[in-house]
Amino acid sequence: MPELKKTPLYTEHVAAGAKMVEFGGWLMPVQYGGIIEEHRRVRTVAGLFDVSHMGEISVKGPDALPLVQKLIANDAARATGDRILYSPMCYPEGGVVDDLLVYPRGEGEYLLVVNAANIEKDLAWIQENASDYRVEVKDISPVTAQLALQGPRALAILQPLAGVDLAPLGYYRWTRGQVLGVDCLISRTGYTGEDGFELYFEAGQAPAMWRGILAAGQGVGLVPAGLGARDTLRLEAALPLYGHELSPTISPLEVGLGRFVKLEKGEFNGRAALAAQKEGGINRQLIGLAMVDRGIARPGYPVLVAGRESGYVTSGSYAPTLGKNIALALVAAGTAGAGAEVEVSIRGRGHRAVVVELPFYRRSRD
Amino acid sequence: MDFPANLHYSKDHEWVEVEGNRARIGITDYAQEALGDIVFVELPQVGDELAAGDSFGVVESVKSASDIYAPVGGKVVAINEALLDAPQDINADPYGKGWMIELEMSDPGEVEDLMDASAYQQMVKEEKGE
Repeated sequence: MPELKKTPLYTEHVAAGAKMVEFGGWLMPVQYGGIIEEHRRVRTVAGLFDVSHMGEISVKGPDALPLVQKLIANDAARATGDRILYSPMCYPEGGVVDDLLVYPRGEGEYLLVVNAANIEKDLAWIQENASDYRVEVKDISPVTAQLALQGPRALAILQPLAGVDLAPLGYYRWTRGQVLGVDCLISRTGYTGEDGFELYFEAGQAPAMWRGILAAGQGVGLVPAGLGARDTLRLEAALPLYGHELSPTISPLEVGLGRFVKLEKGEFNGRAALAAQKEGGINRQLIGLAMVDRGIARPGYPVLVAGRESGYVTSGSYAPTLGKNIALALVAAGTAGAGAEVEVSIRGRGHRAVVVELPFYRRSRD
Repeated sequence: MDFPANLHYSKDHEWVEVEGNRARIGITDYAQEALGDIVFVELPQVGDELAAGDSFGVVESVKSASDIYAPVGGKVVAINEALLDAPQDINADPYGKGWMIELEMSDPGEVEDLMDASAYQQMVKEEKGE
């Protein structure tokens, strides 16, 4: 096994007493105090996540837009000005290479933010697709740090540290600006179901930025939060995770991401396969489950509808905000609507669960 | 981290408190800390017969599920039902409110195969790479 990669904040995490675990080839903090407490802080105050393991790929040149259009299922022409785009990136067969964020960075330049475990694969895929395009594709992950400040108090914590007015920045919009005197790409995005920001900046600044934001938020209850809470938060918000709800053998249409697949935009990788699926109907669909019987549905556990195996759990956990055990499952399409009772086979025994609407959790917007 | 001297310990991080031929069993402070927030426990039924080394239940933290093994054999005579609704008691009080089952031992001599507190503490040190 190759040596695990470390973010520029590795020593900060260890000093803070974080439990470090392997994730996608990286040594990352899974928790500092405890997952449940960190989860609750993000829902009620704010949490700061080191997500520097995420990959940043720059695509630059006269053909940047046509290349990005070919790569992603969403319409890259909509990523203009300060508008960020979320999209699946598909294989010609319709399965998913990765899911990513597209940041327009002015004429002929895009920043693609991809999953940590997929950086090398994505880079190779993008370069393979770019052979006939006048673009320069560059992996800038090693020189880029990324922090996510998430929670209802994120704006109040970040604003005094920022050189730009953040309140007008809408969801899925970005701006350039300084935070604690460091040039950042400031993005109103996140992976928790809460309001919040993601900051991209030069990797060498990471320790000072991490300490500075934590110190500024300490008074209101900001805590560092690890990948454990990030996972339970995204699951409650029913946000897909690559390797669970997304994979080369799962189509974005099957997991409810149809709104990010723009067949009408013209040709792109996977278009024909996805158009055929849309026309003929999908075979599988993603459903939300709330456990009725005691037990936690873990990834891979079989799901039975009317006593017959119909699919499997893709993600499942105790949901701290809801106080119950929930799961996402990929099952035969049309077999289990909201309210239906199904069974999850946990260690060989059927456990009752009820199909619920997604997302499991939606924040109140006052 | 706590290693009460009156208990016996297994290499799978269970503790055993012996009183006559009865054995009360739970997981150690080190085990609960390594697991993190415990959110689910599955226990056997009173009357079940267990051999030493049998898996008798499951503890699940937010992130993972782990089997728990019987450090000694015997018949289950009591289970801590309160844990089913309050699995976090294992984190808060692993040697007290976090107990899991009580066995009537079939062979109390099996206790001799377990570690004492200092041997277990040494094993934990090595596991942590200290």
